[in-house]
Amino acid sequence: MAYIGSSVKRREDVPLLRGAGKYVGDIRRPGMVHAAILRSTRAHARVAAIDATAALALPGVVGVITAADLPGLKTIPMRTGIMEGLKRSQQTPIATDRVRYVGDPVAVVVAQDRYIAEDALELVEVVYEDLPAVTGARAAMAADAPRLHEEVPGNVPADFEVDVGDVDRAFAECDLIVEETFETQRHAAVPLETRGLVAEYDEVRDVLTMWGPTKMTHTNWRILSELSGLPQSSIHFIEPAVGGGFGARGEFYPEDFLVPFAAMHFRRPVCWIEDRSENLKATNQSREQSYRVRLGLRKDGTILAMDAAILFNMGGYTRTHGGLPVMASSAMLRGPMRIKNYHCHAYCVLTNKTPVGTYRSPGRYEANFVRERLLDMAARRLGLDPAELRRRNLIRPEEMPYDHGKHPFHYMVYDSGDLPGQLEAALGHMGYDELRQRCTAAKAEGRAMGVGIGCFVETSGIGPWEYARVEVGNNGGVVLYSGVNSVGQGIATALSQIVADEMCVSIDDVRVVHGDTAKVPFGNGSNASRCTVMGGSAAVGACRKVKDKLLALASAELEIDAGDLVLEDGRISVRGAPERSLDFAALARLALPGPALAKGLTPGIAEEDFFATDKRPFPYGVHMVAVEVDRETGMIEILDYLVMEDIGRKVNPMIVEGQMAGGLAQGIGGALLEEFVYDEDGQPQATSFMDYLMPTAMDVPPGRFISTEDFPSPNNPLGVKGAGEGGITAAGAALANAVSDALGVEVTRLPLKPGYLLELMDAAEQS
Amino acid sequence: MNKRTITLRVNGAEHTGETEPRRLLSDFIRDDLGLTGTHVGCEHGVCGACTVLVNGDPVRSCLMFAVQADGAEIDTVEGLAPDADTLHPLQEKFHERHGLQCGFCTPGILLTARALLRENPDPSDTEIREWLSGNLCRCTGYVNIVTAIREAAKEVSRR
Ligand code: FES
Ligand code: FES
Repeated sequence: MAYIGSSVKRREDVPLLRGAGKYVGDIRRPGMVHAAILRSTRAHARVAAIDATAALALPGVVGVITAADLPGLKTIPMRTGIMEGLKRSQQTPIATDRVRYVGDPVAVVVAQDRYIAEDALELVEVVYEDLPAVTGARAAMAADAPRLHEEVPGNVPADFEVDVGDVDRAFAECDLIVEETFETQRHAAVPLETRGLVAEYDEVRDVLTMWGPTKMTHTNWRILSELSGLPQSSIHFIEPAVGGGFGARGEFYPEDFLVPFAAMHFRRPVCWIEDRSENLKATNQSREQSYRVRLGLRKDGTILAMDAAILFNMGGYTRTHGGLPVMASSAMLRGPMRIKNYHCHAYCVLTNKTPVGTYRSPGRYEANFVRERLLDMAARRLGLDPAELRRRNLIRPEEMPYDHGKHPFHYMVYDSGDLPGQLEAALGHMGYDELRQRCTAAKAEGRAMGVGIGCFVETSGIGPWEYARVEVGNNGGVVLYSGVNSVGQGIATALSQIVADEMCVSIDDVRVVHGDTAKVPFGNGSNASRCTVMGGSAAVGACRKVKDKLLALASAELEIDAGDLVLEDGRISVRGAPERSLDFAALARLALPGPALAKGLTPGIAEEDFFATDKRPFPYGVHMVAVEVDRETGMIEILDYLVMEDIGRKVNPMIVEGQMAGGLAQGIGGALLEEFVYDEDGQPQATSFMDYLMPTAMDVPPGRFISTEDFPSPNNPLGVKGAGEGGITAAGAALANAVSDALGVEVTRLPLKPGYLLELMDAAEQS
Repeated sequence: MNKRTITLRVNGAEHTGETEPRRLLSDFIRDDLGLTGTHVGCEHGVCGACTVLVNGDPVRSCLMFAVQADGAEIDTVEGLAPDADTLHPLQEKFHERHGLQCGFCTPGILLTARALLRENPDPSDTEIREWLSGNLCRCTGYVNIVTAIREAAKEVSRR
């Protein structure tokens, strides 16, 4: 109808543009004091003693909290990606007797202001007894490796297998087997706003209020209740404006317990704002995986089998995502390709690095890099064009819905789409054949120009349910209370479009409330590109119930059968007699308890709905990039970049394309620049933006973004597939393929830093 | 610690306040003046979120002490729009062109862009990108920011 499908300007914007956005760091409470966290400087050590005497003596210090103040501490539970074995390595909110990564919280200092709190941190004396540290997954699995958690021998708290078809038999029939190891480097979401929390306990009302939770507000609400013993009714979470999420921000972290604990302990509102150097050590990192993979093909390029072992370097503890990233990798390693015989063994490995979680397109970014690289290697060996090899193996539209076969943790039935058709379209947009000729001509002149393809299927819109309540307020306005969260992506705008269309009202008459546990009782938050899919579908359900209620009210008032009434332009009128009508404000008055009860109706106009499903939609697409590499310096220039994605249906094309562009920039950062380097002792080397390089406007090309809606998802009433992750997911894949093509080498790890490319060129020259 | 009294003109209005010598200008603006539109993304001079104009020049307020700004003329994002009902052309174009997502980088980018347009009323895309290279945005991929600034430049020149 009117709003869905149109590039409505975002309702979030104007206050943000005026500097009026209230982010967590902008919250001020009377009497508020400031917390700073003392973090381990050692990657692996026993904490022998902590002495806070000098810190406590500093004027302005309110107090210091250590593990000794928190007897009976529970560990932070997983909310997803759960495997029984991973429970053994969950993290307590504060280190009790041992630290396992640089950044592990050891003490909390609370002071009148942040400057004093930081001064006091330096006065807390911690005696560490160093233990040997291990940073690589393979090394951590060695028999003589230091053990991180006594309960986890071998540092592998969990592993699992995926087994589809008959891999051994299929490999026996192959003409070509490509076998290779791959690595993706540790990097992370790094939203521009660091994490933060403000907690205040009101003793009279017996309510602990927290500003700052986001992404998983309702889940964290429950977790805090479980860890603290306070009932959920005594905890009120409020999501302020949020400066980006991308997976990392808004999970339940140690500070999500420590900050409210400090507020209750000292009976003062407490503010904690992470600084950037903490952020680069303490907030979930991601993406560090190693693969050993075999791909088996026939001479004609048909893929017969794939076998993979994946090591997932999860850092020092299990965090709230459990094994989710590697579950996603093992599920999506086949991606858009028809691979009927598949085996994968995935290992979760503990190391003395910062614990990991998800980052936009978790597990898939890594898996796409591996598969798409393997395809190009195979194409080269078979003498096929990379596009042609993909053509021969992409799942065909007549195979949809396509079942990849059983996976222990992931729904695997692709809903709809034409993958080969989209590849052809992308090749056309890119001028692929001509581009190939240009590359050949450039190479003849000694210039290293190449083109890379990355085909992908994304997995989005995760259930199992989402909540919505829709109300018609006293002024006739429509209010949606949604269980999803905003992390800056514009979800309030998209949901208002959906509600306005469904309720036949102007978008200006729709409000969206989210991220407030006092107003929204249930929610599953903002992750896995699920907000529009799940939140939007729940909103549609609730709107439909509200419409029935409005019709019942009007029917009682006008004494006309509801079937003879029509809803249009924010009013209900008698079919054929538009002068007999009631607007929403009038209907809201009729629904007040007095008049409603007198008519035997339930007062109020408010209806709830849950949209529940175990299925997921699968958006799909193509990244295609042309690069030129400077053979002297190893520097990469991106000449042209195209991202195409079919997302079923676009609620707001402008927002969709904004998501693609933002995702691509992050994907380029991950492919070329960003890396958390640790030394052998587990000391992180990238703890500021001087060392952790994020892409600037000079690093990101304009790019071309084409989103299509050719194949609506049959799995939800809107047909949407989720649009948050297609922009990033195959960036590492496409860039690695383009660079390999340009230089005539085989890239097997990311990032594509000049030093690595020079190494590859040297090796190629020598052989 | 000893406090010093400083006087600044912020968005056209004079403010006098006491501050410790070690207090950052960003903290003074945010906490003492209550102008929280200036954001802090790194506190070590890389991200540009804290950019304000000091005597017309873009400055990272996390790299300057408040006492160093004594007597200066400061512009923050709160002073960009001419009045409560009107937006500055840069703000208008960021809204129209989807030049922001989470909005955290936006105040710093708007002020950086404002300084650019004063210096170069008709910048090319490359000039805009170069000028912005000290401001990180993690959300947008910069494409729409560049478009918004280019179009705002036209709008400013037209008015
Ligand atoms: S906060 Fe000042 S440059 Fe990042
Ligand atoms: S809009 Fe989020 S950092 Fe720029």
